Amino acid sequence: MGLVLIAWIGVQGFGLSYLFGVLIPYAAMIIFFLGVLARLLKWARIPNPFVIPTTGGQQKSLSWIKPSKLDNPFTRGQALGRLFSEVFFFRSLFRNLSPRVENEQPTLTFASAKWLWLFAILFHYAMFVTVFRHLRFFTNPVPWPVKMAEALDGWLEVGIPEILVSGLVLLLAVTLLLSRRLLIPRLRYISLLNDYFPLFLLMGIAATGALMRYVMGINANGAKQLAMGLISFKPVIPEGIGPLFFIHLFLVCTLLAYFPFSKLMHAGGIFFSPTRTMPNNSRAVLHENPWNYPVKFHSYQAYETEFHDKMVEAGIPLDQGEPHLNGEA
Amino acid sequence: MSDNLPEAEELARINLDMPPSGWMDTPVKLQKGMYCHGVQGKNIKALGMPNPRDWLVEDDDWQLPEDWYNIVMEGLRERLHRFRSLQIFMDICVRCGACADKCHFFIGSGDPKNMPVLRAELLRSVYRHDFTRAGRIMGKMVGARKLTKAVIREWWYYFFQCSECRRCSLFCPYGIDTAEITILGRELLNLLGLNIDWIGAAVAKCHHVGNHIGMEPQTFKESIEFLCDDIEEITGVKIEPSINRKGAEILFVTSSGDFYAEPGIFTCMGYLMLFHQLGLDYTWSTYAAEGGNFGFFTSHEVAKLLNAKMYAEAERLKVKFILGGECGHMWRVIHQYMGTMNGPAGFLETPVSPVTGTRFDHAASTKAVHICEFTSDLVHQNKIKLDPSRNDHLNITFHDSCNVARGMGLLDEPRYLIKKACNHFYEMPEETIREQTFCCGSGAGLHAGEDMELRMRGGLPRANAVRTVRDRYDVNTLACICAIDRVAFPALMDYWAPEVGVAGIHELLGNALVMDGESERPLNLRGEELPEKSSPSDTTEEMEGA
Repeated sequence: MGLVLIAWIGVQGFGLSYLFGVLIPYAAMIIFFLGVLARLLKWARIPNPFVIPTTGGQQKSLSWIKPSKLDNPFTRGQALGRLFSEVFFFRSLFRNLSPRVENEQPTLTFASAKWLWLFAILFHYAMFVTVFRHLRFFTNPVPWPVKMAEALDGWLEVGIPEILVSGLVLLLAVTLLLSRRLLIPRLRYISLLNDYFPLFLLMGIAATGALMRYVMGINANGAKQLAMGLISFKPVIPEGIGPLFFIHLFLVCTLLAYFPFSKLMHAGGIFFSPTRTMPNNSRAVLHENPWNYPVKFHSYQAYETEFHDKMVEAGIPLDQGEPHLNGEA
Repeated sequence: MSDNLPEAEELARINLDMPPSGWMDTPVKLQKGMYCHGVQGKNIKALGMPNPRDWLVEDDDWQLPEDWYNIVMEGLRERLHRFRSLQIFMDICVRCGACADKCHFFIGSGDPKNMPVLRAELLRSVYRHDFTRAGRIMGKMVGARKLTKAVIREWWYYFFQCSECRRCSLFCPYGIDTAEITILGRELLNLLGLNIDWIGAAVAKCHHVGNHIGMEPQTFKESIEFLCDDIEEITGVKIEPSINRKGAEILFVTSSGDFYAEPGIFTCMGYLMLFHQLGLDYTWSTYAAEGGNFGFFTSHEVAKLLNAKMYAEAERLKVKFILGGECGHMWRVIHQYMGTMNGPAGFLETPVSPVTGTRFDHAASTKAVHICEFTSDLVHQNKIKLDPSRNDHLNITFHDSCNVARGMGLLDEPRYLIKKACNHFYEMPEETIREQTFCCGSGAGLHAGEDMELRMRGGLPRANAVRTVRDRYDVNTLACICAIDRVAFPALMDYWAPEVGVAGIHELLGNALVMDGESERPLNLRGEELPEKSSPSDTTEEMEGA
């Protein structure tokens, strides 16, 4: 990986640890926060002209018919519930099915296909725990939830230092997601560089993290000093943290800087996706389209004028009265 | 059916292998039977839309306007600012592939560009190229490509191979809705005069004459009267429909499929009988006769233009609310768009059933009630008498129409009505019903004759599920609440699941409906003799929850 080499050569060969330890992390964080904010604001400014939730269950209609509040939300609160279930449990992905056509006399069968859901859940929660654990580098004293997370994460209680499950699960899940892309022909067909790049990046981050912790070891206190320096805006570069740390950090920075411009923004996008965020109450509550403009439809008067005689003959009631236009054509 | 439609056995051999070349390097091949005729110049002109001319899909030159590139790019830019859906869906797809095999057109054709993800990439690639920095710099490497005339052809072919059914959107972890992509993609194509004629002609007629088939007012009246004559012959009850009558309480609107062709007309007879039995104060309109809205398959603006007549007519006739018939996309438009497009309808009142007094608060703003909601309420409160044994020769299954299933959630009302009007009801496999329902393969204006192969391929999953219950439970009737279904299914059933007929819910209900003053009814609404009754059973089980 080129990025690994860049960081290694930069720090080892040219002694650019200030660049890689301070300047690049700051730049990456600025790009990350401003980029994400800009993107969210951009989305927020675009209107939802119509109420287009994808309904996934019974609507609210007659009092004696039970509506499906989660999959077909009628109120804003219910819609929030639906969004919550998407964000925390990947509800839509959980529905996944895989149809199979048996060719002779085409017979369609469906098998549950929750692998993608499982890999995705594993990945996202492992990612979350890992990031949360890293707060210990940025806080002094370390708050108890972070300590607890780390303690729980080490439930296997093997190895010295103790094995933290989240990091390994993260590495495993990323590998599984990548294998999926490489091994399923259909997925390989639709995959772009944009899909592989973040996976490789995450793999690199998790792998260097694991290497630091379990194999090569680094000066963890030094790393903490550096991290604390960064967030207190008094950056320091302690001696002897080791190049591996800088590689790890550089990959993280790359991820942060890449994030706002990539598909990784799905993390924010889900909160703006109208098919999941809007309640299905468009018949009960008027929704205004800010750019709605009048259209010139064919008026009844024009219609009656054209068909006047035929309507008279057929005995269809008229607005213009009967005799008036009669006798032409 | 078109002449070159392959035999079912042949069609069923679906090649699911991915092509050796990447999708951007695989030029589109317009395959006969998989597309509709291009829109005629006169039908473009009828609505004052751009670039009216006659053109043939088979031509190399589609006679695009000189400035076609900028028109599309400007159109795309404008829509990215107007539709959050479009911008979000362009930005956040991760190509996880969950949608890929949810599309009936992909399942039935194996064409990778029918995977919803790739259908969207057809547009997304152009978006990346012109609206993102990475795309501009890195191009194909990051999935970006320049818009060319070949891309326009590809768009046309694949945006008219999508029925906007939204099944993919249900399974997408971010709710990315290919219907939005297709709707807006078709909008862009219409800026260049690239509709299909099956839609363009219907829109032109609807705009001018008031319904998709161009039925003039006197003919409309004759059709309804003709159905009333049939009803009198079968039931002995004489019905006087009212048309364009001011001061009626309710404006009834359904789609032209219901008053135009079999088997839709039998459903229409059901409405007429029910309204007569209730003594409902309602009127038809010849001007706003069409509930369906092929404008919705053209552009948001044309959808609004056609839909506007419904409120305009309701206001002119001074009715209190609108009652809508069994139609799929008509209800997507009424439910999700009408109030926003053409409301607020302050001149109407919150719908209240004149028979039961039930207030339909869920329709308090739009003031339009679905006939299945209306009738379910009647049946629930025992306001009509049904003899389900008249439907005992029918083994029924129910097809949820995509639009009311995933764009509204009308799932239990029709089932309740079937169970009250019939004794033998069987569900299809659960992966193919309710919110997971499969499209008839002909939605979004694709139920023409010349694209029969596309329709049969797209309808395969639905038909297959029907065949499963046909073989398992002797199902012989496919019930539905959509006019396009009723037009499209007979051919589909003939092809994949012979011996299964197609009926609307209110046809079944009309057959079961016991009317005041009716004579002995040996015939059903189709004029077919009913089999001798064995043992009439009056009770049907209560509907199950969920």
